[in-house]
Amino acid sequence: MTAQANLSSDKKSPPAILEWMKENLFTPWYNAVITVALAALIFVVLRALFRWALYEAKWEVVLVNLRLFAVGPYPEEAFWRIWVALGLVGALAGLSWGAWGGRNWAPSVVAGVLGAIVLVLPASPNVKWPLIGVLAAFILTHVASMGRSRLQRPLVWGWVLSFFVILVLLKGLGGSQVLADVPTSKWGGLLLTVLLALIAIVASFPLGVLLALGRRSELPVVKLFSILYIETVRGVPLVTVLWASAIILPLFFPKGVRVDNLIRAMVGMTLFSAAYLAENVRGGLQGVPRGQYEAAYALGLNYYQAMRHIILPQALRAVIPAIVGQFIGLFKDTTLVAIVGLLELLGIALSVIAQPEFIGLQREVFIFIAAIYWVFTYAMSYSSRRLEARLGVGTR
Amino acid sequence: MKRFTISLFTLFVALLLITACAQNQATPTTAPTEQTGAVTEQPAPTPVPAQQEQPAAEGSLLEVVKQRGKLICGANANLPGFGYLDQEGNYAGFDIDFCRALAAAIFDDPDAVEFRPLTAKERFTAVQTGEVDVLIRNTTWTLTRDASVGMDFGVVTFYDGQGIMVRKADNITKLEDLQGAAICVTTGTTTELNLADQMRARGIEYTPVVFETADNTFGAYEEGRCDAVTTDKSGLVSRKSLLKDPEAHVILDATLSKEPLGPAVLQGDPIWHDVVMWTVFATIQAEEFGITSENVDDFLNSEDPGIRRFLGLEGELGESLGLTNDFAYRVIKNVGNYGEIYDRNLGPGTPFELPRGLNDLWTRGGLLYSPPFR
Repeated sequence: MTAQANLSSDKKSPPAILEWMKENLFTPWYNAVITVALAALIFVVLRALFRWALYEAKWEVVLVNLRLFAVGPYPEEAFWRIWVALGLVGALAGLSWGAWGGRNWAPSVVAGVLGAIVLVLPASPNVKWPLIGVLAAFILTHVASMGRSRLQRPLVWGWVLSFFVILVLLKGLGGSQVLADVPTSKWGGLLLTVLLALIAIVASFPLGVLLALGRRSELPVVKLFSILYIETVRGVPLVTVLWASAIILPLFFPKGVRVDNLIRAMVGMTLFSAAYLAENVRGGLQGVPRGQYEAAYALGLNYYQAMRHIILPQALRAVIPAIVGQFIGLFKDTTLVAIVGLLELLGIALSVIAQPEFIGLQREVFIFIAAIYWVFTYAMSYSSRRLEARLGVGTR
Repeated sequence: MKRFTISLFTLFVALLLITACAQNQATPTTAPTEQTGAVTEQPAPTPVPAQQEQPAAEGSLLEVVKQRGKLICGANANLPGFGYLDQEGNYAGFDIDFCRALAAAIFDDPDAVEFRPLTAKERFTAVQTGEVDVLIRNTTWTLTRDASVGMDFGVVTFYDGQGIMVRKADNITKLEDLQGAAICVTTGTTTELNLADQMRARGIEYTPVVFETADNTFGAYEEGRCDAVTTDKSGLVSRKSLLKDPEAHVILDATLSKEPLGPAVLQGDPIWHDVVMWTVFATIQAEEFGITSENVDDFLNSEDPGIRRFLGLEGELGESLGLTNDFAYRVIKNVGNYGEIYDRNLGPGTPFELPRGLNDLWTRGGLLYSPPFR
C-alpha cells in the first residue's frame, strides 16, 4: 500500500482530473464499459450534429431574416422608437445596477467589451450605432449611479413608468405626426414575444397577489369569488383560454366594438397566469407562521399594513423560485399565441419557412429560435438565483 | 360557467384599464366601424341565418372601408407561394396579391391594406365579427361555408385539387394500385377526409400515416415510411421539387377532390361582394385582353369598345359598382393581370414552377372565364 503510494508520487502524481475519472467513470468494470459506450455514442451524435451545423445547414435563412425574427413586420421608419425604448431600458438597467450593485465595475466593463465587439462586427450601420448607443447609455448611467442606493426607490417607480412610456412609444399615438400609430398587426418576432411575456408578468403579478389574499380572506364573497376564479381557470388549458379569447369572445361583443386580437391574447394570458400565481403566493402565505400575523396585529397594524410590511415580504421571498419558474413557463407559453394568428417568434419562424427560397429549412429556423428561447429563459433563471442569494432565501 | 363568464368580463374590463395605453390606439380603427357598420357588423353567433335583408348602399362594407382609408384583409402568413412575410417584413404571395388588387381597385394604392394573419380555425369568425373585410386565405369554396357558415364566395382565384405522389419505381399508375399501401397525410385537414372518402368509394384498403405538419409528412415519405403522400396538387408540385431526387417521384393523374380557392366575404352584403368579385374578374379579363401592368397605358388609346369600357374610358361600369370607372386600370397598373400575379408567385422563376393547368384562361383550356365587362 505504501509502496504503491510512493510509486504514484514518484511518477509525479497524475493530474486530479485523471484520478477523478478513474474513480468515477471506470472503477468497477461495468462502469468502464458504460463510459466507453456512452462516450462513443456522444461522439457519434456530436460529430453528426457539428457536421450538419457547419457544412450542411443553410444558416442563410436565419441571417437574411434577422429583421423578421427581431421585430416582424414592424415598419422600418419606426425602428428608431424601438431603439429609444431599448435605450431607456439600458439606462434604467445601468442605474439599477449602480444603485443596487454597489461599487462594482464589472457590468460596465462587460458592456464596454460588448460594445467593442459590436463595433468590429460587420453589422449594418443602422443596427450597429443604435446598439452601441444603448450600451453607452448603460455604461454612463451605471458609472454615474454607482453606489448611490438613494436612487433605489425612485428607480422602482422609474421602471413602472417606463413600462407605459415604452408601450406608448412602440404603439404610437393615433393622429400624431411624430409617433404615428403602428397597428398591432405589425408587431412581431422577438419584440412581440417579449412584450407579451412582460405585460402578462407585470399585469398578472398584482392580480395574483390579490387573488391569493382573497382566497385566504375571511369575507365570504371575496373568498368564494377567488376560489371559483382560481379553480376554474386552473381547470382550463391555456390553449383553450386563448382560443376562447380569439374566437368565441368577439361573437359576444356588442356590434361595432372591436378589441384588438393582440390585446385579447394578452388579457387571456394575464388572467390565466394570475390564477397560477395566486396559488404560488398562497403557498408562501401559508408558510408564514401564525405568530407573525398575531404579532403584526398586536402591534396595532391594520390588515393592509400587516400584509404590506410583515406578511407579504416574507411570503413572496419564500416563493421566488416558484414564481420565476412560472414566469419562465409563461415566457415559453407565448408561443401558443401563434395558433391565434399572432406573429410572435414562433409565428415568424413559421412564416419564414414559407418563404419560397427557403422551403424545407425548418430545422435551421427552429434551432435558431430555440436558442433564443434558451438565452432568455436561462437569463431569467440566472437572475432569479442571484435574487434568491441576495434575499437569503433558504438560508434564514 | 355563467359566473366564470361574468368574472372574466369584469376582469377583462379591469385589465383593459390597465393596458389603457395600448387600448387607446385600438379605438381609432374601430371608430368608423361603429358609425357606419350597422348592418354588416352584426356579430351574429356562428351559423348566420341564410336570409339577411339587403343593406342599403350606405350600409355596405364598401363605405366603411372607404372611410377607414384602408382594407383589412384576412390572410395566411405561412403558406409557401400564397402568403408569407418576405425579408423586408412585407406580406407577399398569390393570395396577398389579390388583397392588394382589391386595395388598388378601391384606393388606387395597393399598399392601403392591413393584413391580419389568420389561422384556419379562426378565419370565419374573423369575417363574421367584422375583424377583416375580406378573407383571401386559400379557402375552399364549399356549400356549407357558403350557406351555414355565412360566407359569400363567388369567384375562384385558384383551382386546386388533392393529388397523390408515389415513387416511380413502385409502378403505381392509378388509385387502385395503392391496395394495402401506407399513405402519408397531414392530420386535421380535409385532405385526410377526402382520402378516406375516395378510398372507401373504391373499396381500397390502406394505412394512413398521419402527421401534424406538412414538413413531417413529406419527411416521412422521403424516408420511405409510406408508399404515397397526398396533399393539394399545388403543394405536391412544390414539394416534389425539394425532394432529393425529384425525378424518382411521380404525381398521379387522379384528383381526389376539387379545391376551388377564392375570396370570401360576409354574407348579406351584395355591394361589397360585387366589388371583390369584379376585382378578381378584372385581373382575368385583362389577361384575356392581353393587358399587363407594363402595357396598360398603351391600351388607353385603344379603339376596341370592349377594352375602352374595361379601362373605364367609356361607360360607367366602375361607378355602378360603387368604385371609380377606372378601377380595372388601377388594378392592372398596380398589381398586374392574373397571369402576372400567377407567374410572380407560382409560375416559372419561382421554386414552384407550377404549370397553369386549370388555372389558365378558358381560351387556352383552363377554367378562368370572366363574365363580360359591359
